[in-house]
Amino acid sequence: MNNTVKFKIDGNIVTAEKGQTIVEAAHAAGIYIPTLCNFKGVKPKGCCRMCSVKINSRYMTACTTPVSDGMEVENNIDELVDMRKSIIELMFVSGNHFCPSCEKSGNCELQALGYRYQMLVPRFPFSFPQKGIDASSPKIMKDQNRCIMCKRCMKTIKDENGKNYFAFKNRSNKVEVVLDAEMGKTMPDDLAKLAMENCPVGSIIYKEIGYNEPIGTRKYDKTPIGSEIEV
Amino acid sequence: MSKKIIATTSLAGCFGCHMSILDIDERILQLIELVEFNKSPVDDIKKFTKQVDIGIIEGGCCNSENVEVLKYFRENCNILVSLGECAIMGGLPAMRNGIPVEECLQEAYLDGPTVSLNKEKILPNDPELPMILEKVFPCHEVVKVDYFLPGCPPRADLIWDALVALVTGNEMDLPYEVVKFD
Repeated sequence: MNNTVKFKIDGNIVTAEKGQTIVEAAHAAGIYIPTLCNFKGVKPKGCCRMCSVKINSRYMTACTTPVSDGMEVENNIDELVDMRKSIIELMFVSGNHFCPSCEKSGNCELQALGYRYQMLVPRFPFSFPQKGIDASSPKIMKDQNRCIMCKRCMKTIKDENGKNYFAFKNRSNKVEVVLDAEMGKTMPDDLAKLAMENCPVGSIIYKEIGYNEPIGTRKYDKTPIGSEIEV
Repeated sequence: MSKKIIATTSLAGCFGCHMSILDIDERILQLIELVEFNKSPVDDIKKFTKQVDIGIIEGGCCNSENVEVLKYFRENCNILVSLGECAIMGGLPAMRNGIPVEECLQEAYLDGPTVSLNKEKILPNDPELPMILEKVFPCHEVVKVDYFLPGCPPRADLIWDALVALVTGNEMDLPYEVVKFD
């Protein structure tokens, strides 16, 4: 049985395996489609909309859409570039993202996308919402000002019984990703470090060590996000 | 070609962006060939003496004086440039935006752990002092701003390239390394 699928991204023919998503196939072929909430090893849910592409003139999220034969995907077109930029801008204005004072600056995926799409100023007014910080855990700090609700921490940070350290609290526009108070007290060191690493922004900060990478040597200082994928 | 005229100011900023202007090093000699400075902390001219081509704003608006100066710049400058994170998004001063002004003043002048000299427990209330705004505003939410140069501070190369492009009227390209938010 033939397990390969041929489809097009911006006119270029891409060969992929059946069952792969567009993002997986594109990245394997050296074509970058920006993602934010999507995380390796976690079932994609397409909530941040960064990977929006046009398939047969319809907007679809490339991280959740499986490839199919003869599919025509538009990715790097002006319309989508501007739409993605506006999504980044919306995320910047809907939280409190003070890059100069953030420990994640330089390694932050949201910021890196801002750099890649050259966001000089958001087109939307800043909302400066009132958010809190939970520093009760001895290992990590959960800063709600920077959380973008991607659920990456909820999906990846679990104890040995598969119990989540992070969960949603409240509903609608009051929703927050919070750390379980009891589990937070006994959080192992490596898991705390992993939580900070998996967070695409600076919402989860590992305590005691900070700003230990000098400016110029951080992940996105010299090379844009996605350049490791592009050929 | 007559020299372009530049004015600069620091509103709710730390003067770091102005320091970054000085960071263009020896290119400052070229700059003096290209431009003339009007109202600016660089030459200490307090009032505009003529219409200015380019106004450079550092810092956001945290009090009534900032708003006044910003409007004064808008009236007297053909092009306004927001320089640095504070001017663009409020920056570090805007971290107080989630806290009521009363609480901020209370912490700063009455209850803070380092407060020791304020024996009479007075909050600054001299009529000469500008009023603190309810929150810190980015400049473009107060007046129209034409260009934005992000960074904390913006890299000297970014400032230089942008200034040269504005003065000569050429397009500028933004290399990846110079557009940073920190």
